[in-house]
Amino acid sequence: MNAWYAVAWEVDIKKELFPRTICNKNIVLYRRTDGLVVALEDACWHRLLPLSKGRIEGDEVVCGYHGLIYNSDGRCTYMPSQETINPSACVRTYPVEEKHRFVWVWMGEPSLADTKLIPDLHWNKDPLWAGDGRTIKANCNYRLIVDNLMDLTHETFVHAGSIGDQHVAEAPFDVTQDGKTATVTRWMTNIDPPPFWKSQLHKKVKYEGKVDRWQIINFQPPATVTIDVGVAPTGTGAPEGNRSSGVNGFVLNTMTPSTDKTCYYFWAFCRNYALQDQNTTFETREGVAGIFRQDEEILEAQQIAIDQNPDREFYNLNIDAGAMWSRRLTDRMVEKEINKHVTV
Amino acid sequence: MRYQTEWTEAEVVSTELVSSSVRQLEFMPVTGTEIFTPGSHLSFEVMINNLPETRSYSLVGLYEKNKPYRVSVKQLAESRGGSNYMWQLKPGAKIKISRPANNFELQFKHADYLLVAGGIGITPMVGMAQVLASKKVNVTMVYVGNSESDMPYINELTALLGDKLTVHTLEKDKTFFNFKKLISELTPGTQMYLCGPLGMMDEVRHQWEAHKLPATDLRFETFGASGKFAPQAFKISIPRLKLELKVEKNQSMLDVLNKAGADIIYDCVKGECGLCMVDILSCSGEVDHRDFFLSDEQKKENKKMCTCVSRVANGDIVIDTAFRGTEKTVENIAAKTNN
Repeated sequence: MNAWYAVAWEVDIKKELFPRTICNKNIVLYRRTDGLVVALEDACWHRLLPLSKGRIEGDEVVCGYHGLIYNSDGRCTYMPSQETINPSACVRTYPVEEKHRFVWVWMGEPSLADTKLIPDLHWNKDPLWAGDGRTIKANCNYRLIVDNLMDLTHETFVHAGSIGDQHVAEAPFDVTQDGKTATVTRWMTNIDPPPFWKSQLHKKVKYEGKVDRWQIINFQPPATVTIDVGVAPTGTGAPEGNRSSGVNGFVLNTMTPSTDKTCYYFWAFCRNYALQDQNTTFETREGVAGIFRQDEEILEAQQIAIDQNPDREFYNLNIDAGAMWSRRLTDRMVEKEINKHVTV
Repeated sequence: MRYQTEWTEAEVVSTELVSSSVRQLEFMPVTGTEIFTPGSHLSFEVMINNLPETRSYSLVGLYEKNKPYRVSVKQLAESRGGSNYMWQLKPGAKIKISRPANNFELQFKHADYLLVAGGIGITPMVGMAQVLASKKVNVTMVYVGNSESDMPYINELTALLGDKLTVHTLEKDKTFFNFKKLISELTPGTQMYLCGPLGMMDEVRHQWEAHKLPATDLRFETFGASGKFAPQAFKISIPRLKLELKVEKNQSMLDVLNKAGADIIYDCVKGECGLCMVDILSCSGEVDHRDFFLSDEQKKENKKMCTCVSRVANGDIVIDTAFRGTEKTVENIAAKTNN
């Protein structure tokens, strides 16, 4: 697919071979001495042994079988027992970029790799926001996670006691799309804050009482979801656009297909309050990680059920509009690409 | 990476003479065209003496939706039959072709590119020039040939590259192109892509080494069809196998040896892998090494040669193969061949 996919956090890629299966293709990443990240096809040109089974020497990769060496452009620079190097010898390289604290790889047609197309997750590296996140290796198709994030009604049932309460399942919501992204907006006004948000609001103001709570979920195809969440004391004008009395967080999610039934799920929680407080960073990251473990369990069980019922399709409810728009936008992107590539 | 060849049926859509000796052919596979990257080639099943053989030709230009594949074929006096077969194809003719494959991939992350083409070596460069010209990179091209009438795509490339294109011909300029000067003036980090006849490629590679430029910044594609000498017929004798064989000027040494049962192992058939190498015992002429496997020193030593592309000029050759079997087997081979 002609898109940038997150493959790791920047800090995950060091001067060592880091294999990943992305979109059913095996690649190996490493960081060069000058700091640049390289992504090579993870199969030796000669006899296909994964290069990740070899080692790094300087900025080059030595195959662990017959010692063929490749530079960071994928060109072979050494062949055993011969004085020349076969001019065809190379492994494929993939365009790589580091942005928003993630390492992104372009798996499609390399000449189309445009860094402007990297999904916007700027909150993850912005002085006005603080936070952190994790990587989940999820045993489900990436689309099940998109579905999950595009409809937060499940919070009431999966995450009761932290962020989920009856208000989320009952409040009306709007689903909009602009041809490129899809948005689900849900406002819950004049409610008691759920425990998580009550404690967050206390980090900014000592306030007991009703709040207005929002969840604005935005989908960027093929697999990035940003969720603008927060609460503000009722009556301070948050629904009208003035959030200055409240607390705001962004849940950043970007999913990368690994195989058809597994994916990497990179997430972070960033906030615009208590910016200097490391404890809040720690607590919110751990808190969200705990919440996402509940989702993981549901999604894995769902994937197993899908596999066990190959003849069944999903029923859709009104709450699924966001997920359905997301799927449609991704389908259109794929269709456009296929039409471009194969013609009769 | 190497892929297995998957053949599909294709139809010749058009043929056009694009220079005095180059014919452009367009093909549409029954299954439709597939996206390909610049530097890619297609393999074709050509019929030579009613037997199928495989020939590869670079794809010209860039992939375009609904447009057929384009290749250009130069008519060679010393053709082993491939170019003749391609030249006689008419619109509507059916031929088996492979899916596009690329052994000459263009990498995009650099700032300066130099494309150097000699003669029909221009074919993979057209698409490279098009895609690089559309990017914010510095691309220059040197296109060398005998005479402009013989060199396809000059107008298209001039329109695309303007004064970034240098066309150098023996006819007009009276001299060979000065690669020494070109290479000594390169911006550091320049990526060179090279395709052309052997002599030119050797000259560029020697200058590249002499200027101590990184070997990996120079990419080239070979087509193993040219040497120091024009192809001549010559004789091979293999004392161990009691064989005396003749290689005609339009035959390869490897084919002759294998047809005679001399059993040579081989793979790439374009002078890159070294598997078809045999030992030279003596040679009354000159060995025309046309491969990219042996180093210059090894070629000077003249102890081994790659039979898929290399030849003998002005004399004959005595060689040995990998065979170490029994006398009886030798007699069988000799008996079969001499019949």
